[in-house]
Amino acid sequence: MNPSVLIPIALGTNRNQDLADAFAAAGATTYQVPLQALRDGETKLADHQLLALPGGFSYGDALGAGRLLGLDLEGWFADQLQEARAASMPIFGVCNGFQALVRAGLLPGPDTEVALVENASARFECRWVSLDPEPGSHSPWLAGLTEPLRCPVAHGEGRLAATDRTVLQDRVSFRYVASDGFRAEGMYPANPNGSVDDVAGLTDETGLVIGLMPHPEDHVFARQDPLRGRNGGAGGGGNCLDLFRAGVAAVA
Amino acid sequence: MTDVNATTSPTVAPTFALVIGPGAVDSSANGLQAQAESFGFDVGSIRTLRLVHLRGDLSDTQLDELADRLLIDPVGQWWQHAADHLGGLEGDEPATRVVEVGLRPGVTDREGAELVRAAAELDLPVEVAGVGRRYLIASGDDDEAMAADDLERLAAQVLHNDVVERWAEGLLSPAFTDPSAKGGGIDTIAITDLDDDGLVEIGATRRLGMSLIELRAVQEHYREIGAEPTDGELETIAQTWSEHCSHKTFRGLLTTPEGQVDGLLKQYLRAATDAIDAPWVRSAFVDNAGIVAFDDTFDMAVKAETHNHPSALEPFGGSNTGVGGVVRDILGVSAKPVAITDILCFGPEGLAADDVPDGVLHPRRIRSGVIAGVGDYGNKIGVPTVAGAIIHDETYTTTPLVFAGCVGILPKGSHRTEPQAGDAIVVLGGAVGRDGVGGATFSSQSMGVETAEVAGSSVQIGDPIVEKGLIDVVCAARDAELYTAITDCGAGGLSSAVGEMAEHVGARVDLDLVPRKYPGLSPWEVWLSEAQERMVLAVPEPEAVLELARRWSVDAAVIGHFTGDGRLSVVDGSESLVDLDLGFLHDGRPRLELDAAPLATDRPDRSQVEIDPYAMVLRLLAHPSIRSNESVVRTYDHEVLGGTMTRPYGGVEGDGPADGAVLIPPGTSGDRGMVIGIGANVVIGRYDTEAMAWAAVDEAVRNAVASGADPKQLSLLDNFSWGNPTDPDTLARLIAATKGCHDAAIAYGAPFVSGKDSLYNEFVNPDGTRDPVTPTLIITALGIVDALDRVPVTGVVEAGDDVWLVGPAAGALGGSHLDDVLGADLGGAVPAPDPASGERHEQIHAAIGAGLARSVHDLAEGGLAVAAAEWALGGRLGLNLVPPDGSADFSTEELFGEGPARYLVEVAPADAEAFAALAPSARRLGTVSATGNVRIGGTLSVGLDRIHHAFVVEGQTPSAHDPSRGAAS
Repeated sequence: MNPSVLIPIALGTNRNQDLADAFAAAGATTYQVPLQALRDGETKLADHQLLALPGGFSYGDALGAGRLLGLDLEGWFADQLQEARAASMPIFGVCNGFQALVRAGLLPGPDTEVALVENASARFECRWVSLDPEPGSHSPWLAGLTEPLRCPVAHGEGRLAATDRTVLQDRVSFRYVASDGFRAEGMYPANPNGSVDDVAGLTDETGLVIGLMPHPEDHVFARQDPLRGRNGGAGGGGNCLDLFRAGVAAVA
Repeated sequence: MTDVNATTSPTVAPTFALVIGPGAVDSSANGLQAQAESFGFDVGSIRTLRLVHLRGDLSDTQLDELADRLLIDPVGQWWQHAADHLGGLEGDEPATRVVEVGLRPGVTDREGAELVRAAAELDLPVEVAGVGRRYLIASGDDDEAMAADDLERLAAQVLHNDVVERWAEGLLSPAFTDPSAKGGGIDTIAITDLDDDGLVEIGATRRLGMSLIELRAVQEHYREIGAEPTDGELETIAQTWSEHCSHKTFRGLLTTPEGQVDGLLKQYLRAATDAIDAPWVRSAFVDNAGIVAFDDTFDMAVKAETHNHPSALEPFGGSNTGVGGVVRDILGVSAKPVAITDILCFGPEGLAADDVPDGVLHPRRIRSGVIAGVGDYGNKIGVPTVAGAIIHDETYTTTPLVFAGCVGILPKGSHRTEPQAGDAIVVLGGAVGRDGVGGATFSSQSMGVETAEVAGSSVQIGDPIVEKGLIDVVCAARDAELYTAITDCGAGGLSSAVGEMAEHVGARVDLDLVPRKYPGLSPWEVWLSEAQERMVLAVPEPEAVLELARRWSVDAAVIGHFTGDGRLSVVDGSESLVDLDLGFLHDGRPRLELDAAPLATDRPDRSQVEIDPYAMVLRLLAHPSIRSNESVVRTYDHEVLGGTMTRPYGGVEGDGPADGAVLIPPGTSGDRGMVIGIGANVVIGRYDTEAMAWAAVDEAVRNAVASGADPKQLSLLDNFSWGNPTDPDTLARLIAATKGCHDAAIAYGAPFVSGKDSLYNEFVNPDGTRDPVTPTLIITALGIVDALDRVPVTGVVEAGDDVWLVGPAAGALGGSHLDDVLGADLGGAVPAPDPASGERHEQIHAAIGAGLARSVHDLAEGGLAVAAAEWALGGRLGLNLVPPDGSADFSTEELFGEGPARYLVEVAPADAEAFAALAPSARRLGTVSATGNVRIGGTLSVGLDRIHHAFVVEGQTPSAHDPSRGAAS
C-alpha cells in the first residue's frame, strides 16, 4: 500500500495541491484536509504515515507568517504531534508550513531564538534558486541527494535569523548556492532573502522533521523547469522529485 | 470580528496601546525614506514600529503573555506601552518626530480580527483589536525637528492614505467601532410631485448618478403604481441602471455622421462572435465571464475588469479589490481561478511634485501602491499572476488605469444558471460593512478634486484569505451539485447580486439575516454595500452548503429565498425596504441616445529626421512602456499551482521578456496547456483608434501564437477605458475602436467572449475643464497548446542557429514608439491591417507544431531592433543580422517600424528547408552568434551589457514599496 500523506489546510493555505501532486508523483497517497475537519476528528494524524504542511498565507500571515498556524499546532494538535513523533513519523514543512514548524518549536525556533523574518529586500520575492543539500546531514529526507535542487521561492518573510548562529549547527537541511554551485555567501539574488549563512531550511535533531522556504513541490516535472530546452536538454528538469521520494521512503 | 456581545457588560474594559520594535533585523525603513526623499523631503531617517490597539480586561501578566506569544519575534524584537515611548528610541536626537497611523473605523482589518481570535485560543480576554504603524522621523538637520507643515505634507504624501486611514502626531486614539451605534431607518423619498429641478436635486444629493431622462422614468413608474420610492428602492434602481452595471453606452443608440449604431455591443462585438460562430464557445457575453472549451473534459472561463477610480484614490486597496473582483467573476461561473493578469497604466514617474494636480496622488505613489495591491491579492489567494504590462502616458497621471484579468477552469457543463422558486438565498463569505457603499454609481462618474472626500466609503481593502476560502467552498459545492445558480457580490452588493439572479423568478430577502461587521448600518446600506469576498448562491438544500462552509471556516448565512412572483422584495423586520417589479428594474431604463462627431483620421506626410540608431534602441529599451518589469513581476507569485510553463520573464538569467504565458491547469490531463496573450498600443490610439484596435488584437494573437497557441482556436476579451462618451469626439473614437475590434476578430476567426468597458475616465479640473484619459484598449487572447514539449523557449538558445523573420521587413513609423521617445508626432501612416496576417500566424504555429521553432519572439513596440535586443538578452547570446536584399544597411522603417504579424524565429540550420516550406513568408535574416553583440547590418551594433543596462537597470524606481502596507507577506 502507498504511504498515506496528510496535508492539512488552514484558512489561507494555498500550495496544498502542488504539494499533493509532488507526493503523489513520489508514490504516496495524499489527503488534503481542512483544519476544521481535523478538529472535528474526521481523520487524525495517526491514520497517516507522513505529515506535510503546505505553503500559503495561513490566516493571512496576520501577526507574522506561520505564527497562528504554529499556535494551532501547539494548541489543538499537541497530543497528536507528540504521538506522531514518538512513532518516528516524517514531517515536512514548506514555506508557510516551515514557518509554522519553526514557530511551534518542532524545528529550531523561539526556544533557541531562531526566526523567519521579513526578507532583506523588504519585498515578496518569486524567483528560481539553487539549493545545496547539506553535506553530512543524516536526515532521511536528504538520502541520495547529491546535486543542487532548483526550484522557486515565493515569500516575503523567509529570512532565517538567529541570535546565535551556532544553534544551527547540525540542523541545516539546505543552503542557497549560486548557479555555479558555490555557496551564495549572502549575495542577492542567489540568497533571495538574506538568510544567515545562506540557510534555506532546517531539520530537527532526528532529521525526520524537515522544513525549507523554497518550493521543491513546484519542480517535480521537467516541464516546470524554466531552463527547459536549453543545454541540450540537460540540467535536471524536475529534479526535486528525489526529495519527495526520499521522504516517502523514510516512512517506517 | 468585533465581539458585539461585550457591550452588554456594564463596565467597559481598559484599552491598551503597544508599540513593537523591529529588533536586530529591520528592512522596512529603506523604501520609505527613499520615497520621502523622492518627494523632496529632507529626512535623516524614517523608522517604522508596529502599533497595536487592544481592548480587554488583561492583567499585566496576561499582557506580557499576549505580547510574547502573539506580537514579537524571538530575534531581538521588543514591545512597550505606546505612551512610554513618545520621545523616540534610546539614543535618538531630540529632533525625532512621532507620527501614528491607523485604519479608519470599519475598514477591513484582518490582523486585528486574527489577534482577537488567537487571544481567545490562549484564553486571553481581548474584545477588539486593531493594528497601525508608528513612524519615527528624524529630519535631515540634526538639531531641528521637521517643521509642522512639512510633517503634515509628509503624512499626506508618504505616510498614510486619508481615504482609509487616520494619522496623528504623537498618540493616535484607537478607532474601535461603537458597539452601541444605531443605524437609521427606512426613508420614503417623495418624487412623484417633483418638477425636473426637484428630480435633479434628489439625484445630486443622493449621488445617484442618473440623468434627468432616467429620473423621469422612475418618477413615471411610481406615478403609475401610485406610491413613492423608499431610499432602498431608489438606490437599487440607481445601481442597476448605472453605467457600471448596465453598460448603457455600449447598449445605447448612437448617431454618427455615417448613420446609426444600434448598440456597440450588439452591432460590433457580439455580431463578430455570432458571425464567427466558433464551436469552442460555450457562453459569451451573458454571464460574469466568458466560457470556452479547454478539452473534452474541461472548459475555461475568462474575464478582465477595470478598477480605475478606486485605484486612483487608494492605490493598494483599489488594485487589491480589483483582483479580488475579477477572481470572483470567474468563481461566479463556477470555475476555479488558475491565472491572473494585470495591465497597469501610470503617469510619468519623474513628474515634479508641484505638477501633480490637487486631489491626485503622485504617479510613483499610485504605481507602488497598485503593484503592492495586485501582488498581495494574487499571492495570498494562491493564483499565479502570469501575464501583464505597464503602460505609461501623461494622461494616466490624473486617471491611472488598472486592468485585472483572471482565467479559470471548470468541468464541462458544470456551471448552473437557473435559480428555482423555493431555493434558499445563501450568502457566503465576508460580512457587510459601510465600506463599499455606492461603488457602482461612483465608478460610473467622472473624477475631480473633491472625489477623494466624497468617495471614501466606496473604496475598500480586500481580504484575500476569505476569498481563498470561497474558492474551496464553491468548487466543492459545484462538484456536489449543491446549487442551481451562483453570482458574485460586485458593485451594488446584495442589491445587484440578488437582483440579477432573481430577474426571471423573483426573490425575498430578510435583512435581519444578513451578517454585519458591526452595528449602526442603515437598512439601505446593508442592501447596497459592496463588501468584498462574498458570493450569492441559490440552494435547494441549504444545510449541506452551510456545513461545507463550516468545514472550510467560511461564514455563510441563508438570507431569504427565491419566490417565483417576479418581484424583488426586501424586508427589515416588519418594514419593507424594497418592493420592486423586476421587469421595471431590468427593462425600465430609457435607452441612452448619444451623438458622435465626424472622425478625422487623416495623417500628415512623414517629415524626415536623422536619428542615431544606437542611441534610439537604447532609449526605446528604457521606454517606460517597453523596459523590463521584471522587478515588479518578481513580487508576484507566478509559480503557485505548479502549472506554469512559460513565465513572464525567462531565459538564461530569467530577465528575457516572454511573449505570452503557458500554463497546465491543475486537475487537467497534463497533455494540453492554456495560453494567454495580451495586446495594447495606446500610442497608435492617439491618432487612430480603429488602427489601435487592430494592433491590439494582432498583438494579443501574436503573443499567444508565439507561445504555442493554435491561432484557429483563440478567444478574445475586450477591455476599454475611455473618457466621457457624452463628448461627441470621444464617442466617435470609441465607435471606431469597437469597429476595429469587430473587423479584426472576424479576420482572425477569433470571437470575443467577454469584455468590459470603463467610461468617464476623465479628470475635471477646478476650472471645469476636462482631461480625458488617452483612449485605451486592452485585448486578451486565450488559447490552447498541445505540443507541450515543443513550446518555444524565451530568448535565443544556441549560437549557430539561423534567425528568420516572418512578415514584412519594414513596419510603419506613424504612431510608433520611436516617435514617442522622440517626443513628437512626425506624421506618416500608422500600422494598417494586413490581409496576410492570419496566414503568418498559422505558419508560425505550423513551425512550432513541427518542432522547428526553438525560440520565437514577436516584433512589437520598437520594432525589429528592440525585439532582437530583448531576444538576445534572454539567451545571453549575440545576433548577426543582414538585410535580406544584400545591402549593408537597415532602413529606419526596418529597424523601428511597427506592424502586424511579425516574428523572429530561431531555427536549427539543418531544419532550414523544412521551415521555409512551412513558412513561405519567412526570410533568413542571419544567425545567433556567440559574440555578445547584437549586430543589425552595418546600421547598429549593441552589446548585451548595454542592452541589459537600458532595459533592466535604467529608469527603475527605487523600490515598489507601498507606504501604507509595508512590503512583507
